[in-house]
Amino acid sequence: MREIAIVAFAQTGHRRRTDELSEVEMLMPVLHDVLGQTGLKTSDIGFTCSGSSDYLAGRAFSFTMALDGVGAWPPISESHVEMDGAWALYEAWVKLLTGEADTALVYAYGKTSPGEIRDVLTRQLDPYYVAPLWPDSVSLAALQAQALIDAGDTDEPALAAVAARSRTAAAANPHAQLSGPVPAGDYLVQPLRTGDCPPVTDGAAAVILAAGDTARGLCARPAWIRGMDHRIEAHSLGVRDLTDSPSARQAAERAGAFEIPHGLKGMGGAPFVDTAELHAPFTSQEVVLRKALRLGDDVNVNPSGGALAANPVMAAGLIRIGEAAARIHRGASDRALAHATSGPCLQQNLVAVLEGES
Amino acid sequence: MTAAPSPDVLRAPLVVEFPFTRSLGPVQSAFLTGLRERTVLGVKTAGGGVLVPPVEYDPVTAEEIRDLVEVAPTGTVTTWAWNPAPRRDQPLRTPFAWVLVKLDGAATALLHVLDAPGPDAVRTGMRVRIRWAAEPTGAITDIACFEPCEREDSGAAAPHDGRFADPVTGITTPARLDYTYSPGRAPTDYINALAERRTVGERCPSCRKVYVPPRGACPTCGIATAERVEVGPRGTVTTFCIVNLKARNLDIEVPYVYAHIALDGADLALHGRIGGIPYDQVRMGLRVEPVWTEGGRYPDHYRPTGEPDADYDAYKELI
Repeated sequence: MREIAIVAFAQTGHRRRTDELSEVEMLMPVLHDVLGQTGLKTSDIGFTCSGSSDYLAGRAFSFTMALDGVGAWPPISESHVEMDGAWALYEAWVKLLTGEADTALVYAYGKTSPGEIRDVLTRQLDPYYVAPLWPDSVSLAALQAQALIDAGDTDEPALAAVAARSRTAAAANPHAQLSGPVPAGDYLVQPLRTGDCPPVTDGAAAVILAAGDTARGLCARPAWIRGMDHRIEAHSLGVRDLTDSPSARQAAERAGAFEIPHGLKGMGGAPFVDTAELHAPFTSQEVVLRKALRLGDDVNVNPSGGALAANPVMAAGLIRIGEAAARIHRGASDRALAHATSGPCLQQNLVAVLEGES
Repeated sequence: MTAAPSPDVLRAPLVVEFPFTRSLGPVQSAFLTGLRERTVLGVKTAGGGVLVPPVEYDPVTAEEIRDLVEVAPTGTVTTWAWNPAPRRDQPLRTPFAWVLVKLDGAATALLHVLDAPGPDAVRTGMRVRIRWAAEPTGAITDIACFEPCEREDSGAAAPHDGRFADPVTGITTPARLDYTYSPGRAPTDYINALAERRTVGERCPSCRKVYVPPRGACPTCGIATAERVEVGPRGTVTTFCIVNLKARNLDIEVPYVYAHIALDGADLALHGRIGGIPYDQVRMGLRVEPVWTEGGRYPDHYRPTGEPDADYDAYKELI
């Protein structure tokens, strides 16, 4: 299989609102940042893929306007997913695996501030039986949190500890929106308090992928993608066991998270990683993912602060992969698991395993 | 001509609203018609489990499933969440609990709401029953909500043929989302200048093209534009079409001409209506100028200036 690596990552300083910036104005600095890190020009990029959703800002075809920031003329080889940018990265990875391109630019952006994100996300639900009830994203996460509490997997103090650990870690992340001591707050939807929920965020991120020796030439320590997979569960919440995430576990297995590096078969049990960047916008979702992915206490979980520190919807999953890669780039990790999610209560999950060469 | 970004960015309410009309499959139709008749139907999977709400295809095997059964209007809460502040379109106006309810006879849970006095009155495992809507229409909201009840589990599901008079074959679900739209810095500057009857574009620092209207980035070079350049007011028709369709809420006689107009100094044509000339005399190269109306924030239309037509070579790159 062709070797593909993440060679550059950039993200915006995430903020509650960015009225003075159009989406393309918000995005452009991160595009220039990753191009600058690698010395590549737009015309050098073999494939460009983006992730965003028109529903966030209520603007039809906003991704075509965002392309202005890429410099898409003369015409470039380009694609878009109406999903988190992690899935755009997956498409770009597959494109590079086919050998059709040697480099790819992947970006994602989310301007969540113009709308009411809790209501907007109801529109992704089953339109026959669920969406007419307008169950907002916090309420659905709270149903999952209560199921975890009932099952004895967590309790409110443990959830508060996830929030505190994440935002303490975020103090070292200059891009974080919410860091340091954050009060647990009142119930937003019981059992979730404001502190258990992500901030509302405007932000963007970009990565560059490259194959083989091209990657080695562009980055001192590329973050090699050893495997990547995504899986989805039944859409009806009442069919699922909300305290587990078989789709996340299966994606991790197929991405090779449980295998010892360099082809040796694993011994089962915990994944062989030192770092995990988990896309868990709600504290309770980290509990589900730790359990499903069998992460031990020796794994550094969300050293960036995760989505609890900044949650630009449609970019927050790509940022998990970028944060994991950036740690490998600077030698802070040798093997990392990166996860992205989509849909209510961790319905769809993507896992990538990244590795640095010594 | 350059200026610092305006501190005050324009904002306006934006409502996105659709009445989504959806047709139903045979199982969905039977389920929603059943709700209208105050009967709850489930569907049996090959494994024998009863799915409520029922679906057309088995979520495990993807087999088509059509074997309907009737389950009880009572059930047990499998998880819940207390919502102290109902949102606009949610089923109840007063604080309520979201619940997943496994109806008696069903193997899976249905998402809905529970009317209860407070979170202390709600727990996983509690018994609840359906409170029906006063005026059912054949929709999930025919279940107004659940309410606490004491009745014991009434047991197994009974076969049902799913047939009702006048079945529901589709649903219309209105969806409204409210936004506060802000166009960002460059379009704000453009719109504000237009209100003063000036047209201001932005120049790319690399290729030197002037974009009108500006969006803050050069789509060719992928870099920010910031140098503001006043263009026009006169311009040249680069291409046009004759409109024969009368738009709703538009008080313009057809046929009329809609044109691409390259304002003098701009490297991108904008579009506008051409007036003050019979529609069949409009031509490429026609020189035009904006016509403003009292209080208008943008030109109402463009009219001929009377100048000689522009030479084709002068605008061919802008078509």
